[in-house]
Amino acid sequence: MPFDPFAEAVKDFEGDPADLIPILQRVQAAYGYLSPDALRWISRWLRMSENEIFGVATFFAQFRFSQPGEHVIKVCLGTACHVKGGEQILDVLKRRLNVEPGESTADGRYQLERVACLGCCALAPVLAIDEKVYADTSVLRVHQMLEERENREDA
Amino acid sequence: MKTLETQRAHAVQAWNGLQNSARPVVYVGAGSCGLAAGAAEVIEAVEAYLAKKRIGADVLKVGCIGPCYLEPLVDVQMPGNPRISYSNVTPGVVRELFDSFFEKGEMFRRHLVGHFGKNGFRGAPKFFEHPMLERQVRIVLRNCGIIDPENVDHYLALDGYKAFEKCLSMRWSDVLEIVKNSGLRGRGGAGFPTWRKWLVCRETKSDTRYLICNADEGDPGAFMNRSLIEGDPHAVLEGMLIAAYTMGASKGFVYIRAEYPLAIKRLKSAIVQVQELGLLGRGILGSEFDFDISIKEGAGAFVCGEETALIASIEGKRGMPRTRPPFPAVEGLWGKPTIINNVETLGTLPNIIRNGAEWYSQYGTETSKGTKTFSLVGKLRRTGLIEVPLGMTVRSVVYDIGGGSVKGFKAVQTGGPSGGCLGEEFLDTPIDYETLGAAGSIMGSGGLIVLDRNTCIVDTTKYFLNFTQAESCGKCVPCRVGTRHLANILERISQGKGEVVDLARLERLALAIKGGALCGLGQTAPNPVLTSLKYFRDEFLSHITDKRCPAAVCRDLVHYRIITDKCTGCQRCVKVCPTGAITGPRSEPHNLDMSKCIKCRSCYEICRFDAIAGDAIVIEPGA
Repeated sequence: MPFDPFAEAVKDFEGDPADLIPILQRVQAAYGYLSPDALRWISRWLRMSENEIFGVATFFAQFRFSQPGEHVIKVCLGTACHVKGGEQILDVLKRRLNVEPGESTADGRYQLERVACLGCCALAPVLAIDEKVYADTSVLRVHQMLEERENREDA
Repeated sequence: MKTLETQRAHAVQAWNGLQNSARPVVYVGAGSCGLAAGAAEVIEAVEAYLAKKRIGADVLKVGCIGPCYLEPLVDVQMPGNPRISYSNVTPGVVRELFDSFFEKGEMFRRHLVGHFGKNGFRGAPKFFEHPMLERQVRIVLRNCGIIDPENVDHYLALDGYKAFEKCLSMRWSDVLEIVKNSGLRGRGGAGFPTWRKWLVCRETKSDTRYLICNADEGDPGAFMNRSLIEGDPHAVLEGMLIAAYTMGASKGFVYIRAEYPLAIKRLKSAIVQVQELGLLGRGILGSEFDFDISIKEGAGAFVCGEETALIASIEGKRGMPRTRPPFPAVEGLWGKPTIINNVETLGTLPNIIRNGAEWYSQYGTETSKGTKTFSLVGKLRRTGLIEVPLGMTVRSVVYDIGGGSVKGFKAVQTGGPSGGCLGEEFLDTPIDYETLGAAGSIMGSGGLIVLDRNTCIVDTTKYFLNFTQAESCGKCVPCRVGTRHLANILERISQGKGEVVDLARLERLALAIKGGALCGLGQTAPNPVLTSLKYFRDEFLSHITDKRCPAAVCRDLVHYRIITDKCTGCQRCVKVCPTGAITGPRSEPHNLDMSKCIKCRSCYEICRFDAIAGDAIVIEPGA
């Protein structure tokens, strides 16, 4: 098997079809996305068709099928964030990074995502870069945040 | 039985020790909202300060206590004094705050919210008399923000797992009777009587029954379940034990959103703790009751809040709903009788069992008993998580608790994508299942989003339809195709391209979807359209006939303008404009070329917050 590392992702499971989603979650956590090789490997291990697995995986928003950028920027578009201008924050990021949600920048540095709700609605509008959530953001702060990060990385 | 008793005795001692600690105790609100507001940096600053000055103090990370707009919250409890709470604490404030307590021996006065003592304390207000908290009744949230959620001793010391022990000494039917008399209804939104669902499940013959805790809090703008799990995970687990015992389940699942990493972490550690206490497994506490709990992480699909879709997803399939009946209580997970209860329903149970049905049903209205948590957010002064008796008026919640909107109240949105916007005429309406339903909205899981005069109803309605359209699973045509068309028509109206006949089209289509969709998502998806059209028709008409967005939100129907009298020519906006639409030499009023303007808001914000003039750039209705 060329992809032995996947064995790590399935070690707690017995091969029940109900384990499919948790297995996909583990593989994505380890590799950042679900590659065709990964799906093929899981298909053999679970004795389910690739087609069926792909059908389940594409149903859920969590799963990605291409290599994400190094840092994931998630713009919250929950109701509270929407009424407080979340859409415009997404627009600024789209323009500055020159990507659409779900894509990564040409240099692979950032991945832009829109999320339904991060659950920090009282501090709207919010966005998250990797695991860190930023409260009370604005178009202006997004400009500043990106500039600060660029300066830091250049230094 | 002994281990739990010994552990509780030890826990009570430890808890009392903490209340009367000879060492200073610092509590930091470290729920997701606290962390987003900067609690992690505050904790670092607290620990650095204590280490540098060699002060022996305990630092506790507690959950969300409610007023999220005051986060980060830091409480200081000096020996012999009550716990005192401070708001909006930054690392800089930590230094001043601690200098005051530890160096000068004085109570810090700035950033003060209130103290937790029973009596007065040096003229400081009481925390629970803060305007946001005064009118609340905290039952399910009783421990949130008070205890360390990762320390099971804190939960045990405050009567934790006593309700479950009490259940074990009763017949299941007697427990059911208490829940029935309490009037508890499902807190996930639909409000079905909890006891009735359980009884159906119990009476269905089967060798196995399942209990699922629905923590897939999918409504955008709602975070009650997240806060409860983060702040008091054991309350939910105890509720699961009580529910499982009563309905006869031997296996439980918590289906929780993957977007809530902290809640998942807290829940995992809480499950390990209860296993160690012997509260999970076979023959729990010497009884014949067996029960185990596993966590299933949701993979991001709103429709999985629907019971049959949730079950499909646990089985490893696409999360698509099926027709009911058979209801899950009869035929659910892997074909076995299954009960799905919301986090809040379960978290409420221990309180009902401990204090009795009569005590719980004293709160609320004739048909909606007890309290309900809400995430009170949007355009208002005080935002956060609240718990109030059902039947409180919209006005009390928005004005007394939330402090009203700065720019004037327009509407409150309840029930998320399944609910609707209720305007000023509903301010004196009591919040309960029946009244909200009669108004065309629903109670829902508890999101209350306040909209002010700067919020556009057409835009908000479009937002919800875009959401449900994207989340429609695609199984049935009315939902899959119908929501697409609703969203398209709304988009057209928001661009000023609508026709008056579109309103009738919207209504006809909305009613067709309501009647024809397979599951709750589709059946309620048109609610935002129907309520908005019913209560805010004028706003739709002004988009259509006047090509005007009165709230100045819909991008195609607004323009940006520089007020030349106000502009000092500071050039900040020139620098931030991405398209070069603003020009002008320094110290002279700038010029805005509307043909180049993409309405990105950058200049508007920089002028408001960062420029010399301030407010010299305005966004006005009219293209």
